Parts: sequence; C-alpha cells; structure tokens
Amino acid sequence: MIQYLYADQLSSFPALARAMFRDRADQFATRLKWAVEVDAQGEERDEYDALNPLYVIWETSAGGHGGSMRLMPTVGRTMVNDHFSHLTDGVRIESPFIWECTRFCLARDAGPGVAAALMLAGGEVMRGFGVEHYVGVFDARMVRIYRMIGASPEIVGSQGTGADRISVGLWDFTPEAQARVAQRAGVSPELSRHWFERAFGGAGPARGDMRAA
Amino acid sequence: MDFILAQLECVETREELQRTSEALRDFCGVDHLIYHWVNSNGEQWGCGTYPPDWVQRYIEKGYLKIDPVIQGCYRHFHPVDWKSLDWSGKAVRAFLQDAIDHGIGNQGYSIPIRGPNGQFALFTVSHHASDDDWASFTEANRRDLILLAHYFNHKALELEPGRTPEPAQALSPREVEAITLLAVGYSRAQVADALSISEHTVRVYIESARFKLGALNTTHAVARAMARGLIVV
Repeated sequence: MIQYLYADQLSSFPALARAMFRDRADQFATRLKWAVEVDAQGEERDEYDALNPLYVIWETSAGGHGGSMRLMPTVGRTMVNDHFSHLTDGVRIESPFIWECTRFCLARDAGPGVAAALMLAGGEVMRGFGVEHYVGVFDARMVRIYRMIGASPEIVGSQGTGADRISVGLWDFTPEAQARVAQRAGVSPELSRHWFERAFGGAGPARGDMRAA
Repeated sequence: MDFILAQLECVETREELQRTSEALRDFCGVDHLIYHWVNSNGEQWGCGTYPPDWVQRYIEKGYLKIDPVIQGCYRHFHPVDWKSLDWSGKAVRAFLQDAIDHGIGNQGYSIPIRGPNGQFALFTVSHHASDDDWASFTEANRRDLILLAHYFNHKALELEPGRTPEPAQALSPREVEAITLLAVGYSRAQVADALSISEHTVRVYIESARFKLGALNTTHAVARAMARGLIVV
C-alpha cells in the first residue's frame, strides 16, 4: 500500500524509513554509482531530505520498503534549480503548481506494479493539491521503466551518455495516463484514492465531527 | 482580480497590507481571510480580518498549541481543507465551538507556505457554509487562492523590518522569448515550434514566468512583463 509521509512523520515508521534510505543507497550508490553520500548505517540522504519533503512510499505487505519518491514544491529549494538548470535552458522552474519529484527508487525485489503504483500516487497528489506538473531528475534506466508503465516524462534536457545519462523531465497526468498506470499497478482508482484520503483526510469521519460541532 | 493584485503589488506598509487583506476578503466573498507567519527566530506577525477579541482570546487561551490547522500545516506544503483535519479531541472541539461563536465560520481552507530561511506562513480563508457549498467554492477557487497566498507572502516578506530586499526575480532569456512570442499572438504550440521545445516544456516555462511576474494568467503575465520593460514587442 501507499504511505504519504512528510520527513517529520518518518519517526513513526522507523523500520520503513530505514529501509527506504538503505534502498536508496543500494540504487543510487551501489547500482548507479552516483556520487551520493551514504552514512555508516548504509543510508543515503542528501541536503533536500533535511527540508521536510513529502515521501510517497510503497509499503509491502510485510511492512517493507518496495519503492519511493520524494516530492517538494518548486517555490522552495529544489535539486533541479540548484544543480540542473543547464538542462532546463537556464530556466528556474518555480511555481506552486509544479512540484519536484526526485530519488525515485525501487527496491531490488520490488514487484512489477510498484513503479506504477507510485506514479498513480503522484496523480493523487496532483488531483488533491492542485499540482499540474512534476519536474524530475532521473537516470537512463528510469526512462525505460517510466515508458513501460505508460507514464513517460517529457525530457527537457540530458547530460552524459548510455547508462550514465541523467535527464530532467516533466510529467503531467491525463485521465488516460492515469487509467493506464492504474492497470499496470494492479491497483483500482478507488483503492488509490482511499490511501490518499487516509493520509490527508478527506470525506472521512472528520466531516461529521465538524458539523456536529 | 487583476485590480486586487495590482493593489497588493503597490502595498508599501503593513497597514496597507492589512487593508488589502480586507479588500481581498470582500473580493473572495468569504467571512474571513487571515495571514500569519513565523520566521526562523520564532517571531510572529499576522494580518487579516478576524475580530480583535478572537485574536486576543486565541492568544490568551494558548490555542496555538491545540489548533489542528496549525498542527496540520506547520512545516508542510499542501493546501488543507479544515474538514480533513482531526477535530475529535475534547479540547479541540471546545476550541472549534469557541471559534464558531466568535464568527470565524465552520469551514476553512489553509495554504501553508515555506519561505526562505525557515520562514513559515499560513494563508487562510474561513466561512459559514454547508460542506457542499464549501467544497464547490474551494474547488472553483483553489488555484487563485494558492497564487494569492504566495503573492501575499511575497509582499509580507518585502515588508519585514530590517530585511534587505531581494533583487526582483529575473526571467531567463528562454522565458523572455516565450512570453514575447505569446505577446505577439503566438499560440503555445507555435511558441514550442519557434523555440524547438515541446509544448509541455513551453507550458512549464510559461507557468514559471507567470509566477515570477506575480501574475494570475498568461494575459496578465504578458501585461506585467511589458510594463516592467522585460519584453519589447
């Protein structure tokens, strides 16, 4: 299932958080050989993790980390604006309606639907919070994965070649894309909506409370 | 709306910002509009239309510590409908009743903003309405409210005592090109063609430029860019 957790909420899910940062070390340091920092506990964190981002996490039925991504509004500091503006024609991408999606990570043993479930959750965030685009930084392998799940980003710019290629891309999310991704994820739109509303409230019991008061 | 934004743009003192909050409240057609910030030193400042006796009571009762809106928004960045918060505790219910008795309304929508250097602000509209009416209102106006919240915060930051004003947000040459082509009547597809980038990329660049220009829409952004001499057509 999908968990939506701000960094300041991770302490309530210590095992899940540890597993996420370890899987990030495994993906970005061990497999992709990106120059990321891994601490003594084998966890990968960067300066943006300290800015209280929102994590979207696939929690496996055993309570483990299946995959995750990190969201931040582009009105604050972002990786794309700080480090990759040479890939965006020098444009600082900045709007409350454009959020940055980085550190898209899949556990080694992630099931086939995990990447799609994360994208589907990204769509819930768009719908729920009025986000219209994501901008993200990703590697060559993710380009194939995004294509496979039917949610290819529009690539704005790239650097490097082959497996070392890093790109900045954009997503919007049409209803057609959402339907496609839901099918790949094997998650019904209703269930996806339910996970989102469980995290952020929605048409839940709070409504009744409010009226009663 | 353009008029209200123009008024906000011209504000030079906190008293004027207070008056603009009242004008904005009337324009939005809600009972109240409130803006509140905390900076990295823990200093607070706010303005808006809450009755003074409610503000006084809020402080005296220490409601800041239990207010679910504050608890639910602090350090976060997604807009929050008050209905989605947890109002189930006894103290919280008493607080809500007290707020309603002071005319705050039974509905609210709050937009948290994380500014530079640990600044945190909250922009809120509150109202008396049924759940359905409020849902229609927030859905129809969410986009404008989010923009207003950020522009309001931008202005409040400018007016912070002792603050060195940040240089006006510059547009990159690419954004200037895109806005210039729109100004001379190109469609987004034509802009994309002319700049050899995708239409999606054009939309994102224009969205960024609009935000930096403090504009609500593209027409408004073009007008502002021309008025500031950023583009020449």
